[in-house]
Amino acid sequence: MSSKHKETGLTWQDIDIGCVITSPGNAAQYKTGDWRSERAVWNKDRCIKCGICSIYCPEGCVNQDSEGYFEADLYYCKGCGICARECWTQAIEMVPEE
Amino acid sequence: MGMVGMEGSLALAEAVRLADADVIAAYPITPQTHIVERLAEMVANGELNAEYIPVESEHSAMSACLGSSATGARTFTATAGQGLELMHEVLYVASAMRLPVIMAVANRALSAPLSVWGDHSDAMAVRDCGWIQMFAENGQQAFDLTLCAFRIGEHPDVLFPVMVHIDGFHLSHVVEPLVLLEQSDVDKFLPKYSHPFALDPDRPVTMGAFALPNVFTETKQAQDTALKSAMSVILQAWQEFSEISGRHYYPVEHYRTEDAQILLLTMGSFSETAMVAIDEMREEGKKVGLIRLRLWRPFPFQEVRQAVENAEVLVVLDRCLSYAGPPGPVCSEIKAALYSQEKRPKVVGFIGGLGGRDISVQEFAQMIAKGVDIAERGGEEETEIIGVRG
Amino acid sequence: MESFAIYVPRLLPRKDFFAPGHRACIGCAEALAVRLVAKALGREVIISNATGCMEIVSSPFPTTSWRVPWIHTLFENAAAVGSGIEAALKILNKKGVRTKKPKVVAMGGDGATSDIGLQALSGAWERGHDLLYVCFDNEAYMNTGIQRSSATPFGASTTTSPAGKLSIGQTRWKKNMPAIAAAHDIPYVATACPSYPFDLIDKVNKAVATAGPAYLHVLSPCPTGWRYPPDLSIRMGRLAVETGVFPIYEIENGKYKLNFDFPQLRPVRDYLAQQGRFRHLPEEEIERIQEGVNREYEKLKKKLEA
Repeated sequence: MSSKHKETGLTWQDIDIGCVITSPGNAAQYKTGDWRSERAVWNKDRCIKCGICSIYCPEGCVNQDSEGYFEADLYYCKGCGICARECWTQAIEMVPEE
Repeated sequence: MGMVGMEGSLALAEAVRLADADVIAAYPITPQTHIVERLAEMVANGELNAEYIPVESEHSAMSACLGSSATGARTFTATAGQGLELMHEVLYVASAMRLPVIMAVANRALSAPLSVWGDHSDAMAVRDCGWIQMFAENGQQAFDLTLCAFRIGEHPDVLFPVMVHIDGFHLSHVVEPLVLLEQSDVDKFLPKYSHPFALDPDRPVTMGAFALPNVFTETKQAQDTALKSAMSVILQAWQEFSEISGRHYYPVEHYRTEDAQILLLTMGSFSETAMVAIDEMREEGKKVGLIRLRLWRPFPFQEVRQAVENAEVLVVLDRCLSYAGPPGPVCSEIKAALYSQEKRPKVVGFIGGLGGRDISVQEFAQMIAKGVDIAERGGEEETEIIGVRG
Repeated sequence: MESFAIYVPRLLPRKDFFAPGHRACIGCAEALAVRLVAKALGREVIISNATGCMEIVSSPFPTTSWRVPWIHTLFENAAAVGSGIEAALKILNKKGVRTKKPKVVAMGGDGATSDIGLQALSGAWERGHDLLYVCFDNEAYMNTGIQRSSATPFGASTTTSPAGKLSIGQTRWKKNMPAIAAAHDIPYVATACPSYPFDLIDKVNKAVATAGPAYLHVLSPCPTGWRYPPDLSIRMGRLAVETGVFPIYEIENGKYKLNFDFPQLRPVRDYLAQQGRFRHLPEEEIERIQEGVNREYEKLKKKLEA
């Protein structure tokens, strides 16, 4: 998925009538993960798989892995730190991006 | 069908009934009130199967119309003067979002001072909003053009909102002889409305996204090109309408222009008085003719240029005054349309009929004579407001 | 936190109808609120959105975060557009053109709701449309740069009610939108906050099930405008509720019900101290705010008994 904006290069003929957007949720191609200065990292020893982090994530990018532990989709994670702040067992740490 | 005597507003409401409009969201304002009252009555009596939304302002009227049209419902509203101005920003949205709302405007002067009477200042203030716009001259046209408006605006190759302008009081409140159409004829002429992207959970779309500078221009090019292209559908629709009604409309209509050296151009109900003046002047042997602008947007450049190419003088009557600028909006647009032409008449503009004031047949004759005189003298002249005292 | 057992993931519907990739600020609780409301609304909905933060961050052409039918037109007409959609669905179903009636939901910020769009909303309520209106209240015109609205709380500094040598910031008390809604006698009114996600989702479900107008007023903490670190958004909402600044209650057919009450409200300064927009307040204004909060809370409690 590229983070390059699709709107540059659109000709007037490319635009659907009335500027309607017919691909629901196609904002998902935009990499908000580029915004962050720190990222959420889960400590599986402390994670009790309650899912509070996934509820409180404004991006909705915290999902369960195959074992049921939670993790942020780093394509979208803006590093707000809400999940780390709200985690009941303090299983999430905000790690600075280099 | 036989001829009936019917008030212009009520005839217009009949057109909406025959079109089987789905949603009417309207706010009453003089002189449009008879239209919306009649429609409310029709709904209350089951003559028209529609949802009538008595909105709390014109801004909400047009906004509700946007929602309705976007959901795939045949949508109608009506307004006048201040009401048209109150919904001003919404008009642009209807056009740009390609929502074919059909609206009758009972042309009324804009405040201040408050005037409920007819002139074209409300219409001229919305020239650039991107709607298809046509002007009716009489009650018959109020009915006919409204039916055509549904056909044109909702056409899949068009999908633009349409305004039918009728002079406030002069057309809205006058009883005239006219002919309605049978439901079966209207059904043949007017297919059902469907929007290609109507709001529906089975096909979720986003309408009304915002545009950054790097794409806004393209959206406007698309809109403008599409509005211009609507001309072919308009002509086609009027052709088909003539087949069910016997009345054929054209973007520019002529009256005794065949050998005319002097032409008068009018829009709206003044055309009928002007025709009487033309007849009288013809009796006197003067080679004068009348051009009536039926279609205002998309502007009929070709038809206007063709109509005037053999005339020496073109007198344009505006029913609106643009303060401290080129005084007559229609005159300005006609001049602009003719500027590039090698052969073109001298154009002289007059303003008249503001705030419901009448112009008599004699005044029309005087106007034309004055116009010829000004054209012969050449040079720049102050545009006269017909009949102003002082 | 509500006393729920720790199987939260299983309690909420999984699917999100508000996609990531939206341009909301880091830590935006309004985006979270919209995401949760959209989750609760599900698929069978048509949304009419006013201009504002959520509309802008979710729809930069040619992309959209919306996975449901969604229309934005102008700033002050979400309720009017919603009225038109509702009427169209009604008549099209009646005429057999459509067979389903998705719920019509209008959304707007506090500016779109309590200021510029109040007329359209009042009109929609009076006409009794089957329309759910959700106000996402971040207490200022945030999208245009943190200007005051009638929902801006007393003492808050915004760019058009700035704290200065001669001013303490906003000098008016927050406009009581739920009371205005209740004055229209609509069947369901409620306040909510994404810090209490289950309550919010329950209320969305209740509002959707209401035939007729429903109004949800959702407090949406804004790190950018309220000036606090982004990770504290959920905490800020909790503090607003625990101090009585933003009580969470319902008005069902005129009957008031307080959803969260506390044996003792936390002092308001616990809430004010966390936010830069209140940093300038002298002690006497903090006391004035405390008095005001107490007064309003008592007023609310009296309505419970009525």
